[in-house]
Amino acid sequence: MKELLSGNEAVARGAFEAGVKLAAAYPGTPSTEILENIAARFPSIYAEWSPNEKVAFEVGIGGSMGGGRSLVTMKHVGVNVAADPLMTFAYTGVNAGFVFVSADDPEMHSSQNEQDNRFFAKFAQIPLLEPSDSQESKDMVRTAMEISEEFDTPVMLRMTTRISHSKSVVELNDPVEVSHKQFDRDVAKYVMLPAHARLRHTKVVERLAKLAEYAENSPLNRIEDYGTKIGIITGGISYQYVKEIMPDTDVFKIGFGFPLPLKKIKKFVEAHERVLVVEELEPHYEEIIRAAGMTSVRGKEFFGREGELSPRRVAEGMHKAGILEKAPEIGFKPAELFPRPPVLCPGCPHRGMFTVLKKLKATVTGDIGCYTLGTVEPLGALHTCICMGASIGNAIGMEKVNGSKEPVVAVLGDSTFLHSGITGLMDAVYNKSNITTIIADNRITAMTGGQQTPATGYTLMGEETQSVDFVKLVEALGVESVRTIDPLNYEETLAVMKEEMARPGPSVVITTRPCVLMPRRVMDVPYEVILEDCNGCSACFRIGCPAIFPSKELAKGKFPKAEIDATHCTGCTLCAQICRPEAIVMKQPAEKVK
Amino acid sequence: MDNQIKNIFIAGVGGQGVLLASELLSEAAIVSGYDVKKSEVHGMSQRGGVVSSHVRIGKKVFSPIIPYGQADIILSFEQAEGLGAIDWLSPTGKMVISSTRLVPPSANFGKLSYPEDPVAEIRKRTDNVILVDAEKMALELGNIRLVNTILLAVASPFIGFERNVWEEAIKKLVKPKYVDLNLKAFSQGYELAGSEVKA
Repeated sequence: MKELLSGNEAVARGAFEAGVKLAAAYPGTPSTEILENIAARFPSIYAEWSPNEKVAFEVGIGGSMGGGRSLVTMKHVGVNVAADPLMTFAYTGVNAGFVFVSADDPEMHSSQNEQDNRFFAKFAQIPLLEPSDSQESKDMVRTAMEISEEFDTPVMLRMTTRISHSKSVVELNDPVEVSHKQFDRDVAKYVMLPAHARLRHTKVVERLAKLAEYAENSPLNRIEDYGTKIGIITGGISYQYVKEIMPDTDVFKIGFGFPLPLKKIKKFVEAHERVLVVEELEPHYEEIIRAAGMTSVRGKEFFGREGELSPRRVAEGMHKAGILEKAPEIGFKPAELFPRPPVLCPGCPHRGMFTVLKKLKATVTGDIGCYTLGTVEPLGALHTCICMGASIGNAIGMEKVNGSKEPVVAVLGDSTFLHSGITGLMDAVYNKSNITTIIADNRITAMTGGQQTPATGYTLMGEETQSVDFVKLVEALGVESVRTIDPLNYEETLAVMKEEMARPGPSVVITTRPCVLMPRRVMDVPYEVILEDCNGCSACFRIGCPAIFPSKELAKGKFPKAEIDATHCTGCTLCAQICRPEAIVMKQPAEKVK
Repeated sequence: MDNQIKNIFIAGVGGQGVLLASELLSEAAIVSGYDVKKSEVHGMSQRGGVVSSHVRIGKKVFSPIIPYGQADIILSFEQAEGLGAIDWLSPTGKMVISSTRLVPPSANFGKLSYPEDPVAEIRKRTDNVILVDAEKMALELGNIRLVNTILLAVASPFIGFERNVWEEAIKKLVKPKYVDLNLKAFSQGYELAGSEVKA
């Protein structure tokens, strides 16, 4: 049977076909749909959202040790969080198969950097598999599980946004029968005391040599021979672009990306007059190949190391390298792009919080989530964003070097706080930092499309469960002042924030309004502007609500009055609260108007 | 359809049904026995951003993204988005564009304003444009969200599958309670396309 599947759907299907027993993840674009699909379509697999990638990875390790094939998925920067267990699990090896997906985001469609995680495979000295379409994404999960068990190693399956989110046709297979493996209390293998770890490191080195031999014969690395003098070494999505541009040129297609089959590559290089490497982002293949003595092999100087490749970029690179005579043609003259920058939704509870923070001229350290959009003008009320959970540590450091004259506020969401903000807050208490932390609790992981968290009361598999009590948790860390506010109540938020920012010692403010989109779309009675009362002061424009737009009518002949788009207004009332002339009122039902 | 690859670029704004249109197109292609790849990047787009989808149909498709400047058809559900995508169109390609104008509030404050007449700008570059008052047609049918199906229907003769293949795709992929409405929208678009082909 054939189906059109995205790369992520294909990995989920692959997990099912490979007899996976356990899957764990923290949501992150572009990886999120893998676990969502497993939970929705394959109930035989235990699937969970973990609080962060490190925990997900450790749960997966436990699953493997316990004897069931385990899959862990995350976005590229999630591997940074999970790097600690990864580096040592590479030593112990597995019991049942263990595969983790790193979904990289070249071009940073939805990320803060575009690190190339293929280096992690080399760093941890574990095998790396790189699919180039959905069929391979599915099939490689099973192959990766088999390699994991045969060589006693975790295996990395490296996706990219273009592979994860593109759809292509996939031939489905039946699931394999996998027998459960008993956990053997082999402490020399699983307890990484120095004496044991030294012995395991030897195994890692030996294993890598065996994997290199395996790579030489793996069908995942194949040569497509057309008898040309030019040869191209490529893998992942870049393979598709090379085939698009030069369908009849000799290609060494890499699917097993570490360790590389250097003997086979050497033969390929020797058999061609000229060999180029086409790979997205960093020169992973190129460096290894050139370090092995094949110094005539080139690549990055023609194709670049930033952003996504594309058929056009590959064609341009080939032209630059003198392989394609003609530069790719340019068609119609591009128009000036009309930007549609992402903005906080109408009715978003974060808007009230940022309106107050802007008014108070606070320095705000930010974090990863929808609220990062608080940085966009006209709000412009968020000033840093590094990585998950960084806001609190950043605020502490800033306050320690600058003193408390200019108050610093850390802003992070509920899911991000649970992911890695708790330890930062512990530090603020422990080291007596005069910062205010806002936990913007909108009761969901909103940015990635609405996933449950340990504080929402539901699991990924839809069961009811305990939910974290933020107030109790924060109090237990030793925070003496913990306040809860409705962030869309302007005066209350302003008053509370003034007090807390002036208070010595760490304080925490928790906002309590749920996301306006998820799990339920909030739509109250919309508001409207009484134009004759509007004085054109523009205060409502400055809250950056997409439902408010300038009227054609002008105040004092030059200042545009405001109007509200009733189809987008959710009736959150924030604009009405800050309108001095009280020109913004609840929209009257149509029949009353006449 | 011949052996060539057909490249269809769909442009619109979050919430306009770009993804459903690309799913319908892919389904029609698979049922007709072709290889299909489609690609769109989602991430921050649910918040009113630009959404575009690349669909490629042929005997064997490699790249999931259309080579720049080689789209045979651009379906644009919005005027400025159609203009923004013009450089993806092949010199012999066709633009099927809805009269819809979605002006985001940022355009009222920022330095860049919404283009005065995007369709006129497109026509300065190519005559191969079909402007459809899809918004009006959709509203007359009772649902603004039918713009995608109407536009797909107008483009369908240039893509080239049997009419019933499209209708089966709608029955399979559209939510049951909206199937009839979408079939009606498709039918109206298809008739309009017929008159365009003759003209």
